[in-house]
Amino acid sequence: MADVLTANTLAGHHHNPGENYLNSPKGLMSWLGTVDHKLIGIMYLWSILFFFFVAGILALLLRIELLTPKQTIMTAEQYNQVFTLHGAIMVFLFIIPSVPAALGNFVLPLMLGAKDVAFPRLNLLSLYIYWVGALMAVGSIIFGGIDTGWTFYTPYSTTTGGAVSLMTMAVFVLGFSSIFTGVNFVATIHKLRAPGQGWFQLPLFVWSMYATALIQIMATPVLGITVLLLFMERMFHIGIFDPRIGGDPVLFQHFFWFYSHPAVYIMIVPGFAIISEIIPVFSKKTIFGYKAIAFSSVAIAIVGFLVWGHHMFVSGQSTLAGAIFSFLTFLVAIPSAVKVFNWLATMYRGSIDLSTPMLYAISFLMLFSIGGLTGIYLGAMAVDVHLHDTYFIVAHFHYVMMGGTVIAFLGGLHYWWPKMFGRMYNERLGRIGCALVFIGFNVTFFTQFILGSRGMPRRYYNYLDQFQPLHAFSTFGSWILGSGLFLTAAYLLATFRKPMDAPKNPWGGKTLEWEADSPPIEHNFDFEPVLKHGPYDFRPERPKLDEPVTHH
Amino acid sequence: MNWFLHLVLPRQSSTLAPNIDNLFWFITLINIFFFVLIAGLIILFVKKYRRRSPDEITPHITHNQKLEIAWSVLPLILLLFIFFWGFHGYVNAQVAPANAIEIQITGKKWVWQFEYPDGMRTLNEFHVPVNRPVRLVMNSEDVIHSFYVPGFRIKKDVVPGRYTEEWFQATEPGVYQVFCAEYCGKGHSDMLSKIHVDDEATYKKWLVEGDEELKKMPLPELGKLVHENRGCATCHALDGTRGQGPGWKGIWGTMETMQDGTQIKVDENYIRESILEPQAHIVRGYEPIMPTFKGLLRDREILGVIEFIKGLK
Repeated sequence: MADVLTANTLAGHHHNPGENYLNSPKGLMSWLGTVDHKLIGIMYLWSILFFFFVAGILALLLRIELLTPKQTIMTAEQYNQVFTLHGAIMVFLFIIPSVPAALGNFVLPLMLGAKDVAFPRLNLLSLYIYWVGALMAVGSIIFGGIDTGWTFYTPYSTTTGGAVSLMTMAVFVLGFSSIFTGVNFVATIHKLRAPGQGWFQLPLFVWSMYATALIQIMATPVLGITVLLLFMERMFHIGIFDPRIGGDPVLFQHFFWFYSHPAVYIMIVPGFAIISEIIPVFSKKTIFGYKAIAFSSVAIAIVGFLVWGHHMFVSGQSTLAGAIFSFLTFLVAIPSAVKVFNWLATMYRGSIDLSTPMLYAISFLMLFSIGGLTGIYLGAMAVDVHLHDTYFIVAHFHYVMMGGTVIAFLGGLHYWWPKMFGRMYNERLGRIGCALVFIGFNVTFFTQFILGSRGMPRRYYNYLDQFQPLHAFSTFGSWILGSGLFLTAAYLLATFRKPMDAPKNPWGGKTLEWEADSPPIEHNFDFEPVLKHGPYDFRPERPKLDEPVTHH
Repeated sequence: MNWFLHLVLPRQSSTLAPNIDNLFWFITLINIFFFVLIAGLIILFVKKYRRRSPDEITPHITHNQKLEIAWSVLPLILLLFIFFWGFHGYVNAQVAPANAIEIQITGKKWVWQFEYPDGMRTLNEFHVPVNRPVRLVMNSEDVIHSFYVPGFRIKKDVVPGRYTEEWFQATEPGVYQVFCAEYCGKGHSDMLSKIHVDDEATYKKWLVEGDEELKKMPLPELGKLVHENRGCATCHALDGTRGQGPGWKGIWGTMETMQDGTQIKVDENYIRESILEPQAHIVRGYEPIMPTFKGLLRDREILGVIEFIKGLK
């Protein structure tokens, strides 16, 4: 790719062969005190993977409990705590930081040809705040547990026992970690782009991160305020949500979903980000409809703020309000649909390589489509009345959150693993792992659509005998899914037993991170990258971009 | 075909259900079409355009405005149609006909209580006539619950501090399952109830006389039924295990220590008091969470519970 970059070697940036960002820091303190976006990204990565493991184990326990209609392995109280923790940990400690704070932190500055994010110290602070929030969340399990569900609906959450206050403060603290990452990304994208890299030469990953960051900055404070009010009601009996002291319980739902619906997009838009990178590279073809994908992310970020009431069609909110929310919900479906069609059109007449990241991208297309299409039932108010708070909802959001974001995250993890650690994983095991995850996921969660449409309510410890066959089938699926994920963890960790063998650009990507070494050196590039072509230009004879103005 | 439909949705048993189900199946058809289209194209492209050599050259297709407008606008039109259909069905389900029978429902952890216009109250089950609209006016005494009848396709949250309502008109006599659909704590999944849909004659008779079989039933059996159907089982176990409240097995005639340290013998009077004024004496180690059953159980049912407990050795 010699024509991509001008090798403006800068004085003082020479490095010794074999030296990289992973072996430059010496000792624990140089990790903990680092401001290198790559090291911070890696520390985030291990942290979120740890919580993915914990919450995944909780999920497997839940499914075992649901194998039989009555008690199987835990009591009702334990079950309620386990599903609460599963949800809260997955959402706040794994999915929300997964793509932006872990993968994004590592990749985004590289994609811009930058040495770091705009505010490296703020970035480290974000990680520390995440750890503090995580400790508080873990503490809430030790100091009495929480049984409110991850949604903390009032007045249940203001009247139940346990460590709800500590958990809500954990969520409050974690919110700041999310906001800091968002602020940092916005500033970085505005100020640190490589010479020649205009907004429409940005990889779509960056566009999606930008849209995500905007939602993080605008929505997360509302969650912070909401949990703070909840905390004040529990601690000082200030009547805000509890009707016995003059509050309104439904108000909490409005506040909560005003954050948590945009948060759905904080979780899924980063999934779009990864898929928009993987599909062109593994189809060896330019992305179809670059601007449509870029603008649809921003459209989702904006309209996504106006649909929160679709979580409340049976809450007693006014019919008119419900109708407006339903209408806007159907509108916001379009940008997501457009993206799916764009990715499909990118594959058309491509040169498709079915390596593990692409298999995950294809899994994403199928599972996210099911997640999106089943959303139509729920947007249609009359049908939602029947399906609301049943397993249909559980299945729907797992198809979006896990089938969408987590599958995309796994795709991204495989895609950038060689870049992050300089090591290739076993491709054959990668494909087997992906297949197990895909099959296990569908067995587990497709079953739950039918459970839900037949009337099985969610968050049920005991259930009617008629639902047992489907529950048992779903539990069986969770074991396939679990084995796929354990296999994946095993072969990825096994890569550390061998020497670094990854080339600079194993997949033939055209974005700037593939111009850095694998793994990159401490300052990312030993020259200043200058962009000469678009991020998805796979033509052998590329027309050059206008000669950029280089500034140092 | 019907057996297949019932694998996915419960039997339609209210006037609201057919329209909702038709929309459900319409969306299903649309979804199958789009999913087959998407998955089909993926499989086709993967087969047809699989990479055969590393230096394959692909066409540089950046966009196609007509195509992009088409795949934005056509789905939007379909979605707007679905929106109007769903909205229409929803509005129908919001407004009860003027001649509806009105039943007041109170939800509390973890029982449902029903009150008829004439003041009659029942717990966890109630009767309604077939082919007559019934309006449910609901309120909660503690946290949010949700009154969900899958067979009727109705659900509405039951909120403390305000009234919510829903209505249905049952189309077939039978017994219908009610679930609490909003998470409300330990007993959430046991907060079940049954709606008996009777023909007009049976309903009238029930209004006057109560349940015929119950009157003939021997007392211990009646007590057992009360335990199962009236919510006792949520907290009071029969197999000697500890629940939210003291288990009933072997409790008859024992001396129990109360929270204030006094000793009380479990006899007819104590059981009766515990049912009607549960907060009067709380056994040490338990929380004062039991609701009163005053006005909810007939005298004969209380006697039944006493006889039933006597027999649990």
